[in-house]
Amino acid sequence: MIKRIAWFGLALISAHAAADTPASSMVRYAQQAGVAVSALSPTRGEVLYRTEHPGKNGATQSCASCHTANPKQAGQTRVGKRIEPLAPSANPQRFTDAAKVEKWFRRNCTDVLRRECSAQEKGDFIAWLNQIK
Amino acid sequence: MNYVLRGIGVLATVGTLSLLAFSLPSGGEARGDGGGDDLMPRLTHKAWQQECASCHLAYSPALLPRASWRRVMGGLEQHFGENASLDPATQADILRFLEANAADSGRSRMGDKVMQRMDTKAAPLRITETRWFVKKHDEVPRTAWARKSVGSAANCAACHRQAEKGVFDEDTVRIPK
Repeated sequence: MIKRIAWFGLALISAHAAADTPASSMVRYAQQAGVAVSALSPTRGEVLYRTEHPGKNGATQSCASCHTANPKQAGQTRVGKRIEPLAPSANPQRFTDAAKVEKWFRRNCTDVLRRECSAQEKGDFIAWLNQIK
Repeated sequence: MNYVLRGIGVLATVGTLSLLAFSLPSGGEARGDGGGDDLMPRLTHKAWQQECASCHLAYSPALLPRASWRRVMGGLEQHFGENASLDPATQADILRFLEANAADSGRSRMGDKVMQRMDTKAAPLRITETRWFVKKHDEVPRTAWARKSVGSAANCAACHRQAEKGVFDEDTVRIPK
């Protein structure tokens, strides 16, 4: 009996850990935004990625500043450390850990846009990256 | 007679072995040292490595005193101009590890050296501002730090090619053009 409960628990944990995919992240953000997944817009996602915002010392900054203009390429942090590509087609690990995804949206939206991103924006963003072949 | 000889033999062997053990670099490992003068203490801590090393090298806790780490971890929303905020549990977990192995924890030779040159009440935020760091890098020309291939003094691995492994001795240094 105890063994069965343990197995069930294990199955639950592994199912939970494996549950996140780019598609399931889109579903989650669409739900949070109160829209259908089909209402997420890759076009708006790309605009979000490329729009330049006022940065430090009079320079501008965008997601592309660190992640490069091509999200299939590796980027670089400010201190020169490699950032693995954002596009799931180039990096299957992307958007497979909901907590990590939330952590980086929180940090990077606050830095680049000086505000948090909305659920709709996050969904658009992943929708764009996920359709890059 | 035989027993006496054998006894002397055993004593000599044990003595030589223990002398060897203490003179070999691994003698420092008991305190968490890598051994040599320019080796960071060998440490493993999952959250420290995972979180701190996502943007930069996971700098050794032995390079700053406890008071510094408290300041660093208390200001992650504005971490050298970037938001590096963490959930409270992870933040507390990493701080505990940093404090336990800080320069003034007495747990590493590297830390002792950093503290030798530090005012007791000092709590610098930047490793590069500690007197230990400045002294260690006094031969590096200013222009080298500014090179695009280096980026900043925070980028240890630009010159210390084995920094990721905790190896910082001079033989492994190559300053890029």
